[in-house]
Amino acid sequence: MNTSSAIGTDVLRLDPAKEVARVSDSIRDTVFGHLKRKGAVVGVSGGIDSAVVAYLCARALGPNRVTILLMPERDSSPDSLRLGKMVAEALHIQPVVEDIRGILEASGCYRRRDDSIREVVADFREGDLCKISLPNVVDADHYSIFSLIVQSREGRIRKVRLTAAASMGIVAATNFKQRIRKMMEYYHADRSQYAVAGTPNRLEHDLGFFVKNGDGAADFKPIAHLYKSQVYQLAAYLGVPAEIQSRVPTTDTYSLEQTQEEFYFAVPLHKMDMCVYGKDAGIAAGELSALVGLEPAQVERVYALIETRRRASRYLHMAPVLVESLL
Amino acid sequence: MNHLITVELQKFVVENFLLGQPEETLAEDSSFLENGIIDSTGILELIGFVERTFDLHMEDEDLIPANLDSVRKLTLFIERKRASATKEASA
Repeated sequence: MNTSSAIGTDVLRLDPAKEVARVSDSIRDTVFGHLKRKGAVVGVSGGIDSAVVAYLCARALGPNRVTILLMPERDSSPDSLRLGKMVAEALHIQPVVEDIRGILEASGCYRRRDDSIREVVADFREGDLCKISLPNVVDADHYSIFSLIVQSREGRIRKVRLTAAASMGIVAATNFKQRIRKMMEYYHADRSQYAVAGTPNRLEHDLGFFVKNGDGAADFKPIAHLYKSQVYQLAAYLGVPAEIQSRVPTTDTYSLEQTQEEFYFAVPLHKMDMCVYGKDAGIAAGELSALVGLEPAQVERVYALIETRRRASRYLHMAPVLVESLL
Repeated sequence: MNHLITVELQKFVVENFLLGQPEETLAEDSSFLENGIIDSTGILELIGFVERTFDLHMEDEDLIPANLDSVRKLTLFIERKRASATKEASA
């Protein structure tokens, strides 16, 4: 561990104008030159990442070469569609709205998820709300295992530990959402000979916060090298609507509101940025702790969580494996 | 340490998580987490196995690496839980 390096809170500050120009050049070269596509499709969720990607694509390719797709479903927050429309309007792009609720119902997404929930909450009914959440893995040596939180229509809230089968069943069923959205993005890309833009930031890409062949799939990922705090810097520079910049990042996947912090990252995202940076730069937990506002032991636990997440994400990043190389 | 418990645990971990790799790779003190043997879903599988096989209930506060992160730790934890259950039953 490096214990003598000088590190400041501005270590992740970038020159937004320069970075926007660099990423825009990359998008143009990639889409027109490398992929030989005529434009880009961006699935816009109402969150900061997809908004920034839409702005970057519009700047790089021209708004007339960008398709903005809005894909609400039964559990989406109404804010997501409203804010997605706000992005499209700001970019002078007519969005395409594809309500994917029907496909999800037909594929059994909701029914399969609810069946898995009923393995641990027998009286869970249609219309009850749910989400899964992690324990506090920063303050104590807890395992990063999910609990299910359900809220009945009468407002009664219960928290239960999941079994392995129920946990995998719920996640497998909800993964339909990200995969159906990606399928829809490729439909619109194919009909216009466009490329599909991926919207993960560095934390999501690096730590595996995506669904394989769902939101993890794309032809190019223009912000996958940027920490979350750097995405916010670009958003401010690009003029992304203030309401989107100030919105707490959510998964928008479960019917009860669920922040990305409680679902996956365990600490606020600007702190996770610093911990990923610090771990990769070989900075000792004791040195990083004051900068991120965590105790050294907490930083150590976040470092361990990063390691666990990276290990789990290896499978997610793997391309199909062939018996032998063809070239 | 109860050898029968240890053998049961080793057999389960090898069959479910090492997936055919030789059993000798799983030493009694091998950390499941540090060696990448068990992920978070695997922990849930392990909890289910222990509760079913050894007929005990694990509380949320039991679910920490100090109790579960190796065959040895888990064996000792199961012995403690059983001893405590026996004590409560006879009280």
